[in-house]
Amino acid sequence: MRLSSLKHRTPGDIAFTIGLVVTCTVVLFVTLYPIYFVVIASVSDPTMVATGRVWFIPQGISWFGYEQILADQRIWTGYRNTILYTVVGTAVNLLVTLPAAYALSRREFRPRKVLMFFFAFTMFFNGGLIPMYLLLRDLNLLDNWLVFILPTAVNVYNLIIARAFFENSLPEELFEAATIDGSNYFQFFLRMALPLSMAIISVIGLYYLVQHWNDFFTGLVFVRDYDKQPLQIVLRDILISNQAFSGGAGGSGGSGGGSYAQQFADQIKYGVIVVSTLPVIVLYPFLQRYFEKGVLIGSVKG
Amino acid sequence: MTATTTGPARPPGVVPSRGPAPDPPKGRRTGVPALRRHVHRYWQLWVMALPAIAFVAIFAYVPMYGLQLAFREFDFAAGLTGGEWVGLKYFRQFFESPQFWTLMRNTVVISMTTLVVGFVAPIALALMVNQVIGRRRKRFLQTATYLPHFISIVVIVGMLQVFLSPSSGLITRVAEMVGVSGSNFLGDTSAFVPVYVISEVWQHAGWNSIIYLAALASVDTQLYEAARIDGAGRFTIIRHIDIPALVPTMIILFILNMGTVLSTGFEKIFLMQNPLNLGVSEVLATYVYKIGILSNQFSYGTAIGLFNTLINFAFLVIANQIAKRVSNTSLW
Repeated sequence: MRLSSLKHRTPGDIAFTIGLVVTCTVVLFVTLYPIYFVVIASVSDPTMVATGRVWFIPQGISWFGYEQILADQRIWTGYRNTILYTVVGTAVNLLVTLPAAYALSRREFRPRKVLMFFFAFTMFFNGGLIPMYLLLRDLNLLDNWLVFILPTAVNVYNLIIARAFFENSLPEELFEAATIDGSNYFQFFLRMALPLSMAIISVIGLYYLVQHWNDFFTGLVFVRDYDKQPLQIVLRDILISNQAFSGGAGGSGGSGGGSYAQQFADQIKYGVIVVSTLPVIVLYPFLQRYFEKGVLIGSVKG
Repeated sequence: MTATTTGPARPPGVVPSRGPAPDPPKGRRTGVPALRRHVHRYWQLWVMALPAIAFVAIFAYVPMYGLQLAFREFDFAAGLTGGEWVGLKYFRQFFESPQFWTLMRNTVVISMTTLVVGFVAPIALALMVNQVIGRRRKRFLQTATYLPHFISIVVIVGMLQVFLSPSSGLITRVAEMVGVSGSNFLGDTSAFVPVYVISEVWQHAGWNSIIYLAALASVDTQLYEAARIDGAGRFTIIRHIDIPALVPTMIILFILNMGTVLSTGFEKIFLMQNPLNLGVSEVLATYVYKIGILSNQFSYGTAIGLFNTLINFAFLVIANQIAKRVSNTSLW
C-alpha cells in the first residue's frame, strides 16, 4: 500500500514489476508443489505415479496406501505416545517456564541478573551428548517415558521471550495498585499477570507443542523400547529405513517383488507423510499468527 | 498511601495495611539481616524461579560438570565423572585418528555452506516479499513460504527420499527431462551438500524472513518518498534504504548462527546418511553419537563432543568481536 506510489512509473518500474511477479510465482510453486504432489500421489495409482503420469491431478484413485497405514499398529502406538508426550510435556513446560519468567521480570529482584546469566550461558555452552546420556542413565531415565518430558522442561529461549513480555507489557502501576490492595507476588502472578498475558502464553505454548510433536532425537538416542517410541521414530522406520508393512509392501531394498513392491512402498510413504503431517498443516493457518508474534517478541532485545 | 509514595514500589510480600510499616530500605545492607530481609521479601519469587533453576542445574550444568570425563578413563562404577585421570589422551587419540581431517572437512563444509546460503536466502526473500504490493497478496506469500518450517525433519528426509529416488522420484524425472539422466542424488557424494543445503533453504527461509520483514516494516516511508523524488528506481531503493535498514538484525542473527556452526543438523544429516555418501556426510556430531552411544566409548565420545563445543564457542566469540568492532552491534 505504502509502496503503491512506486507502481508503474517508468519502464524500469514496469520491468521490475514483471520480474517480481515471475520470481514470486516461481518461489510459491517451488514451496507448495512438493507438498501438493505428496497429497495427490498418496491417493493415485502407484504405477501411474512411478511412470510419471501424475502431475497435477490424481490419476486412478487408489486408497491402498491408506488402508495399509490404518491397519498398521505401529502408527497408532506412535500417535498415542506422541500425543501423551506432547500434552504432558507442554503442560510441564508452561508450569515451569511461566513462573520463572515472571520472577526474572521483576526489576526489584536483585538476583535476577545472576540468574539470567545462569540460564543464558546454557544457550552457548553445553556438556554434549555423552555426559547427558550418562546423566540420564544414572537418573534411570533411559527407556523411561519421562525422558521426553523432564530434560526439556525449560527452554531458555522461550523463558527469555516470556520474561521480555512480562517486563514490557505489564504496566508497573497495575502492580502497585494490586500491592496496595494487599496482593502478594503469587496472587499478582495468578490473578493479574497470567490473564493479561494470554498472547505470550499461547505463543510459547505452541513453540513447546511443535517441539514435542517433532521430537525425534530423544527417541533415537535415549529410548530402546519400541512401545514407548513417538511417532517420529515410527516414521523414520517406514520412510527412511524402508521397514516392511504387514501387507508385504515395502522394503525397497528387497530382491523379490522388485519395482512392483517399490511402487506400493512409495504410495505408503506418501500416505504416511500426509497422515503424520496433517494435524500440523490443518492447525497451521490458525496458529501461524501466534508464531509470527512469538518470533517478533523474541527479537526484542533484552 | 504514604508508605508507597516514599520510595520505589513496595514489594507485595509486605502488606502495608497490616500493622506498622517496616523500615524503608536505606541503601544496600550486608550480612545476615540483609539476607533475612531479602528472603522475607522475595521468597515467593524464589519459589517461582526454583523449578526452572533446578531443571537447568540438573540437565544443563551436571552434564557440563560431566565433561571431565573427556580427561578421565570411563569407569562403569564411577559413571558421569569417570575414573582415573588420563589428561589429554583422548584428544590426542582423536587428532591422530585417520578420521580427524575427514570429519573436520565435512563438518566445516556443510556448516559453512549452510551458514552462508541459509543466511542470505531469508534476506533475499524478505526484500522480495516486501516489494509485493497489496496486504493480502503479501500475507499469502508469507504464509505459504513458511509452511514447510512446521514439517518434521523425519518427514523432510522422507520426502527427499521419495522425490530423489533413482527409479521413480519426481525430481529425478524432472532432471531427466532437462537432460540429466541416471542420477542418484542420495548416493552421489557430490550431491550431498547441495541436497542438504537446498532442502534447508526450502524449509526455513520463509520462517527466518519474518524477522527481516518486521525490520523492513519499520522503515520510515518518508525515506521512500524522498528517494522517489530524487528519481531512484526500485533497485536503488532496495540497495540504499532497505538493505541498510536490515544490517543490525543481520549482524545479531549472524553472530547467533555462527555459534552453532559446528553443531548444525545432527538429526537431518544422520537421517540422510547412507553407506554411499558417508565419506562426505559423516560430521563431528554424528561421529560422537556413533562412537559414544553406539559403541560405548564414553570418554572418547565426550572428548570429541567437547572439542566440537569449544570450536563452536570460539566461533561465537570471534563473530561477536568482529561485529563489535565493525558496527558496534554485539551480543555482549
